Amino acid sequence: MLLSACRPGQGGRVTRTLAEGPLGQRLMEMGLIEGARVQVVRVAPLGDPVEIRLNDYHLSLRKAEAEGVEIEP
Amino acid sequence: MSVSAAASVRRIALIGNPNTGKTTLFNALTGLAQRVGNYPGVTVEKKIGKLEPGLEVIDLPGTYSLAAHSPDERVAVDVLLGAQAGEPRPDLVVVIADAGNLERNLYLVTQVMETGLPVVVALNMMDVARENGIAVDPAGLESALGVPIVPMVAARREGLDELRAAVKRRLGSPAPKTGWTWPPPLAKELEALRHACQEEDCLLLRALVDEGGAAEEALAGRHGAGVRERLRGARARIREAGKPAAAFEAQTRYAWIGQAVRPHVSRRDAGVSFTDRADALLTHRVFGSAVFAVLMTGVFMVIFRCAGPFMDFIDAMFGTLQEGVTGLLAGTALEGGAFESLLVDGVIAGVGGVLIFLPQICFLFLFIALLEDCGYMARAAFLMDRLLRFCGLSGHSFIPMMSSFACAVPGVMSARTIANPRDRLATILVAPLMSCSARLPVYSLLVAAFVSDAVVAGFLPLRGLVFAAMYFLGIVVAVAVAFLLKRTLLKGPTPPFVMELPPYRRPSPRNVSLRVWEAAKAFTVRAGTIILAISIVIWALNYFPRSDEIAESYAILREAAEAEGLDEDALAARLEDLERLEAGAYQRDSYFGRMGHFIEPLVRPLGWDWRIGMAALASFPAREVVVATLGIIYDLGGEVDVEDDTSRARMVERLQAVAWPDGRPVFNLPVALSIMVFFALCCQCGATVATIKRETNSWKWALFAFAYMTVLAYVGALAAYQIGIRV
Repeated sequence: MLLSACRPGQGGRVTRTLAEGPLGQRLMEMGLIEGARVQVVRVAPLGDPVEIRLNDYHLSLRKAEAEGVEIEP
Repeated sequence: MSVSAAASVRRIALIGNPNTGKTTLFNALTGLAQRVGNYPGVTVEKKIGKLEPGLEVIDLPGTYSLAAHSPDERVAVDVLLGAQAGEPRPDLVVVIADAGNLERNLYLVTQVMETGLPVVVALNMMDVARENGIAVDPAGLESALGVPIVPMVAARREGLDELRAAVKRRLGSPAPKTGWTWPPPLAKELEALRHACQEEDCLLLRALVDEGGAAEEALAGRHGAGVRERLRGARARIREAGKPAAAFEAQTRYAWIGQAVRPHVSRRDAGVSFTDRADALLTHRVFGSAVFAVLMTGVFMVIFRCAGPFMDFIDAMFGTLQEGVTGLLAGTALEGGAFESLLVDGVIAGVGGVLIFLPQICFLFLFIALLEDCGYMARAAFLMDRLLRFCGLSGHSFIPMMSSFACAVPGVMSARTIANPRDRLATILVAPLMSCSARLPVYSLLVAAFVSDAVVAGFLPLRGLVFAAMYFLGIVVAVAVAFLLKRTLLKGPTPPFVMELPPYRRPSPRNVSLRVWEAAKAFTVRAGTIILAISIVIWALNYFPRSDEIAESYAILREAAEAEGLDEDALAARLEDLERLEAGAYQRDSYFGRMGHFIEPLVRPLGWDWRIGMAALASFPAREVVVATLGIIYDLGGEVDVEDDTSRARMVERLQAVAWPDGRPVFNLPVALSIMVFFALCCQCGATVATIKRETNSWKWALFAFAYMTVLAYVGALAAYQIGIRV
């Protein structure tokens, strides 16, 4: 499933980074690579962006950007 | 001597991820011995400080990676590779890393290890990591990575001496060995590229991985545009072998970091952290938004209200200074002459007009520094991103826009916090459309004079509605302009909103005060000089040509008054009247007055007479000046105080009496609305223009902002009047 489809509390392991170009590169540099554990923490009050927990830190991503990350729960 | 001394200065570069305490470390290492400037051609700030005699530190922009996407990151990479014009290549790199978030921070460390420079890692925030249950063994990590690691707590100045010692030990040593090997597809292409262009591996790797990046530009510059074709082919072959080059790079580094770090880091469950608990509230759907609204209202009210007494004080101080100088010159040959006026109305008023902004700038930057230092700024962007996205901006633009309701000068300056250059520029260009506090006197005067105090729909005061409409107009136009700019002049790919939400931290008083000090200094020195120059030019256009005829005729009138045998009070009142009338006559006869006549055909469709046109021209340095200018033109003197009821009533009465040659009154509701709309949308503010120039490093954008806002203001005023007279 896509990271963007996760509800707060859901997450899993990254299987693939679908986003390409600078966005894909930035996501991977930040640690969203194969095997990384991620969890959606919450969604912003206006419905977007989402906050995720990744390794030891928290990252904010727009939903459209979270579509670039495939995970398995 | 001096030449060899200059040559022997060694330089250390300080680099690190954002939110790792890099600024704290830089300030702790160098104290106040800092030089702040700009890199040529870009608006990236350059900071150099002295560690000790012969040893300098250059603070590079915060970056997660050497794959440069923004101008900030590009500068960091260029300096490290020795490709930044005018900057010598550093002799050593200190990478600051957050001990609590080791893997991601070491990603940048592995990239810096490839630059061929000696590296020292400052492992910061050991205390916070410990609190969160993360224990790092620095010695073990040092041997696993092969670079010196100095554990420290920069905020408490712990580990500074050790860092200095490690830096000095390491100067002149060879670059660290890198322990990872690239997967065959990447290694093969790198090898081929190495044969084609004799360049450092680090540059070749960056060129291969970062499509359209700085390294590709550099290679194409040195080896011809054919390199681009070669790189495209290489990237395509790597992708065919499984994944994009960027994925190979990231996975290799993280895999190596993982195996190097794992034996030397232990974790225990520290429970829910303070940041998690705080964020459950601060970014909560309901409470988070409420806290945000209260906080922003608070910030706004403080800039808007608390700066007031300080501004009044500065105003009063310069008023006293003006009186003092006038007093000093009284009885000398300079009394009442051009020199006195230049000094009093040009220079002193101009300097006062610069310093008057300082309270608002200091207050705003105090808040920004506090919010940024404690980590809330990222949450503000998180909360507001959706709202600003529909006009093509991001959550980062919220604070600059909001601050501009108090004053566009600090608002434009605070756009520095926006990393993406196109978003930053769009924000800077539309921020002055927010109705700032300087528009208030204009609105108050005209609303009081020409809008009836009727009540609409039973409870809404009409005057209040007109006020609100002016604020609303600014917001709507700003949104539309931002939308258009992002689709035309500032078009480009949407920058990723991939943003770290750092742990909350106690702000450092030292960082906060330095930040406020830098903002105040930058404004005073760099924008202030331009504002002062503009003020003096405007003064001259307002003062000259100073015709002898007016002087002579008023001298005759004065003599006549004195000869009338009035009692002392009546004579004084008469002389005062004459003085006001004379000031009005000079003003109407000034170059601005003549320009007013000249542009009358242009402002006639707005319902304005030449005097309003002239007042609009003369209010270029600051739009609130228009009230005083109208006061002088209509013979009321320049001391119109819109907050004082009698003074305003007198002005209102006078404006209502102004008539066209055929007897129709000049001022009516449509004219008042047209003036208000004009001042709501125009950029009649020398300080804003000067600040945009300084912040964008270019007159082009400053003039663009002035031009487009003036055109919009004219069109808006035209519409307001033409619709107004037909309704």
